[in-house]
Amino acid sequence: MIPAVSFQKVSRHFGAVRAVDAVDLDIAPGEFFAMLGPSGSGKTTCLRLVAGFEQPTAGHIEIFGETAEGVPPYRRNVNTVFQDYALFPHLNVADNVAYGLMVKGVGREERSRAAGEALELVKLPGYGARKPGQLSGGQRQRVALARALVNRPKVLLLDEPLGALDLKLREQMQDELRSLQQELGITFVFVTHDQGEALSMADRVAVFNDGRIMQVGSPEEIYSRPATRFVADFVGSSNVLPPDFVQRYVGPKRWGSLRPEAIRVAADARGDGVRGRVAALSYLGAATRITVEADGQRINAMVASGGKLPAVGDEVALTFNRDAVHIMQGEA
Amino acid sequence: MTAVAHESSPAILASRGGMLGAISDWLWRNPHAFLALMLLPPALWLGVIYLGSLFALLLQSFFSIDEFSGMINREFTLKTYGELFQQANVDIIVRTVVMAAAVTVGAAVVAFPIAYYAARYARGGWKALFYLGVMLPLWSSYLVKVYAWKLILAKEGILNWLFAKLHLTWLLDAWLSLPVIGGSSLSISYTGTFIVFLYVWLPFMILPVQAALERVPASLVEASADLGASPSQTFRNVLFPLALPGIVAGSIFTFSLTLGDYIIPQIIGTSRLFIGQAVYAHQGTAGNIPLAAAFTVVPILVMGVYLWFAKRMGAFDAL
Repeated sequence: MIPAVSFQKVSRHFGAVRAVDAVDLDIAPGEFFAMLGPSGSGKTTCLRLVAGFEQPTAGHIEIFGETAEGVPPYRRNVNTVFQDYALFPHLNVADNVAYGLMVKGVGREERSRAAGEALELVKLPGYGARKPGQLSGGQRQRVALARALVNRPKVLLLDEPLGALDLKLREQMQDELRSLQQELGITFVFVTHDQGEALSMADRVAVFNDGRIMQVGSPEEIYSRPATRFVADFVGSSNVLPPDFVQRYVGPKRWGSLRPEAIRVAADARGDGVRGRVAALSYLGAATRITVEADGQRINAMVASGGKLPAVGDEVALTFNRDAVHIMQGEA
Repeated sequence: MTAVAHESSPAILASRGGMLGAISDWLWRNPHAFLALMLLPPALWLGVIYLGSLFALLLQSFFSIDEFSGMINREFTLKTYGELFQQANVDIIVRTVVMAAAVTVGAAVVAFPIAYYAARYARGGWKALFYLGVMLPLWSSYLVKVYAWKLILAKEGILNWLFAKLHLTWLLDAWLSLPVIGGSSLSISYTGTFIVFLYVWLPFMILPVQAALERVPASLVEASADLGASPSQTFRNVLFPLALPGIVAGSIFTFSLTLGDYIIPQIIGTSRLFIGQAVYAHQGTAGNIPLAAAFTVVPILVMGVYLWFAKRMGAFDAL
């Protein structure tokens, strides 16, 4: 099958800065793909390479099997939802949404019908006459989405589209984006620095650092089997265990990762396990995170909030299955 | 709470003492009074001295001049306006308005790419160089610049020499042989007047257009291209409408400055008069202050109509 987007040894350097460094990547058609990484990790530059706002310094990019280098953005059947939405302030919502059709010479009637449909799709029917300045952040985000989708792109690129929204709206939009993608079957490529967002929405995730891809995989793989220390650290919540610690309790002298929910905390410090002292407790609703200092290491354990919990300063013993410790193969 | 409030630091500080302290406290409590105090001097300046003298001038245009004694007859009449609409005077008005319009369009065309470069690409030192390049001509005397242009455009001037060196004298001659805009040399043709007006007023167009383009986020240009617009479509549908308030602001300068100028057409161009020269001649040598006043009403009306039209066309919608 021809990939929707294919990067072959793609680099983009800005002077001495290697924003994207020899990246290989295939994104399947119809996939919801997330590019996850801290700021400056190259994920947005990768998105801009697909959109055509940047040209690769080296390497080869294909979009549905066609060479993309040297092709200007306006000749790519790819649309972008910008981080700042980039709505045209002098045009009303309907004209914003119909812009792509207008520049392609679609007639006025057909245009307004399609714009109306697209606005209905993003649950903003009847907002056509308003100016972008009169909309809330969430509404602008929907207009930006409608403006991209009205062109029926082969690939939809989303650059931190939910970054500016408050938590509740963000969760709602996550669900809506997901169902929209399933309904339309368009390939979505989504850039985010929010690991929760990437893991909950995407079919597959690529974790970026320093212009390189650290790991590509399903959210489950990324979360429970991080390839490198960076991935484990960045995807978060997992405990990253240094080689000495892993050697002592598990075997091989390698970096390991251990999910907090795989750890049991026993109040009786005389039993087996890793002995330590409770350093902090955070109540997270259904679960409580217990931070334990053991062997000079801070280890987070996640336990159900219902039971009896130790207090800060208590001696506890941590137990876990050896199998639960994921041994990382990567060096970094 | 670990920090303990210290005995010597009260929650409310004492007034800073003296008259000034009391006055600033009072002004803080009465922001309207503060605003009035700040606005009073400029309002007086603008209202009494500036608008007042303008109004007095306009009043003069409704007086008339006694043709035999040359004395001003202080009775309200439209006789002076009748005089204004004589063919020779209408020619002056049309000539000036056409020139002002041409200079404005020319300035907009020349200014846009410069302003776009400065707003979009120039950073750091290049931006400083841009401001310097645009402003530098404004620092030197206007008369010096106009006389310098006379030397550049004259029959024996630099431009003629350059055209001869490039073997393009035929091109210059062909241009100068055109009716109306031509003449015996660039320095005594409308083309020459146009070039010098364009040069002198260009900074007043570049700066507002640059300011307008500076406020257009780069992502809008990218979004337009992303949605399939070619560069020319992006210019027509996004950049131009968003720069239009700046272009209109610049055109107010270039248009009104050209309408009122009386030095450039006197030094460079044909001997035919522009509005500014007519005002100068009537109120100076001829002593016909009512007609001079009537002439000054024309640019004010033209600008009023122009701005009303620009607003109707939606030039300020993107503000």
